[in-house]
Amino acid sequence: MLSKRIIACLDVRDGSVVKGINFEGLRRAGDPAELAERYNAEGIDELVILDVTATIEGRRALEATIRDVSSRLFIPLAVGGGIRSERDAAAAVDAGADKVSINSAALANPALITSLAEKYGSQAVVVAIDAKQVGDRFEVYARSGSVAADRDAVEWAQEAEQRGAGEILLTSIDRDGTRSGFDCPLTAAVSRAVSIPVIASGGAGTFDHFFEVFTDGKADAALAASVFHYSEHAVAELKQFLHGRGIPTRL
Amino acid sequence: MREIALIDYRAGNLTSVRKGFAAIGECLFTPDSPGDLARAAAIVVPGVGHFNATAVLDETWRTAINERVRNGSPLLGICLGLQWLFEGSDEAPDLPGLSVLPGRCFKLPPPVKVPHVGWNSLEIGQPAPLVDGVANGTQVYFTHSYAAPITGDTVAGTTHGARFAAAVQRGRVCGVQFHPEKSGTAGLQILRNFVALI
Repeated sequence: MLSKRIIACLDVRDGSVVKGINFEGLRRAGDPAELAERYNAEGIDELVILDVTATIEGRRALEATIRDVSSRLFIPLAVGGGIRSERDAAAAVDAGADKVSINSAALANPALITSLAEKYGSQAVVVAIDAKQVGDRFEVYARSGSVAADRDAVEWAQEAEQRGAGEILLTSIDRDGTRSGFDCPLTAAVSRAVSIPVIASGGAGTFDHFFEVFTDGKADAALAASVFHYSEHAVAELKQFLHGRGIPTRL
Repeated sequence: MREIALIDYRAGNLTSVRKGFAAIGECLFTPDSPGDLARAAAIVVPGVGHFNATAVLDETWRTAINERVRNGSPLLGICLGLQWLFEGSDEAPDLPGLSVLPGRCFKLPPPVKVPHVGWNSLEIGQPAPLVDGVANGTQVYFTHSYAAPITGDTVAGTTHGARFAAAVQRGRVCGVQFHPEKSGTAGLQILRNFVALI
């Protein structure tokens, strides 16, 4: 049976792992390669390296970090942050990324999804969607959550799938960094609307939150950062917990 | 030093496959033409994406690969490369595969989500060199929409919507639907098992 994936996100700025609260107020949490090794030893299913400030500051994801991590770990590695063009994607892929995650660039130029899917295959193209609840809808935001994109999250996810995205990485801006739980209604709405896997992100605080997003939220994978960063063995314990609650996991 | 040919037919990026073989101490080269296969100790056909991409592997490539296989060189198909070992695929009905294994690839049926992305279990029945040292139930990483049928050549099956061939072996002809280069220590063990056939 296909396992529900537990994905650790390394939010990287200037070569160090940081984690923001609602995308602001970053603080240092460690060396990316060192953390990646630790997560791998604990049984993480996948890693995402996100250059959190790249879109704003115009920097590319840290190629040296990608190279370092991908030479030592043999699990899927996705890279996002500041990937605006085929050239940016090629730099990440050549450094060892298995998937590239595009967000603001896909909103500005949806054809980029298709051109990357044609070049690397859909499995290598993750479209990241940052969404915020506005009334009874979920609105998409670009540029690290700072600019309203004037798009509905469910419709944008469907369009991304049609254009060739292989997965959706769905972050709730309302929940990000709050540790108050994933946004299950948002995740379920998107997951029901597409046939590609949906990775839920934003709000993980307890093991129960993961159980909820895999059941009520219909997520295929769940991503977290700080909940793994600050406590040893959290990944292994989380997987044991989920396994005990009947969620298929890779132990 | 022996070298393994990694055939690059522009169906996806090969960086991870290279790193996987490097991690087990093997040297890879990318043949420019079918003639280069003459010096290959083994041949790896990787690939992701649409079955149409395999059209680049034309008659000259097929002849050269078949000749090496007849002479005992191990051959490993990964993901789309495994599917290509079979007679064809419903994804591109008019395009023949290498046809060294009988059977036709099919689309994974509903109601499960397709593509099949993530870690899933290997159901290993009979012992086989390719899966030596890999426990029944070990999870490996998949990403695909089409799959090869269970046949007498299947050495590990996996279930997603339907049961399909996750690993195949007939003599020195091997294939894996999952990505051994992305499947942790179990994946590297399978790469080691493959090169042990040289």
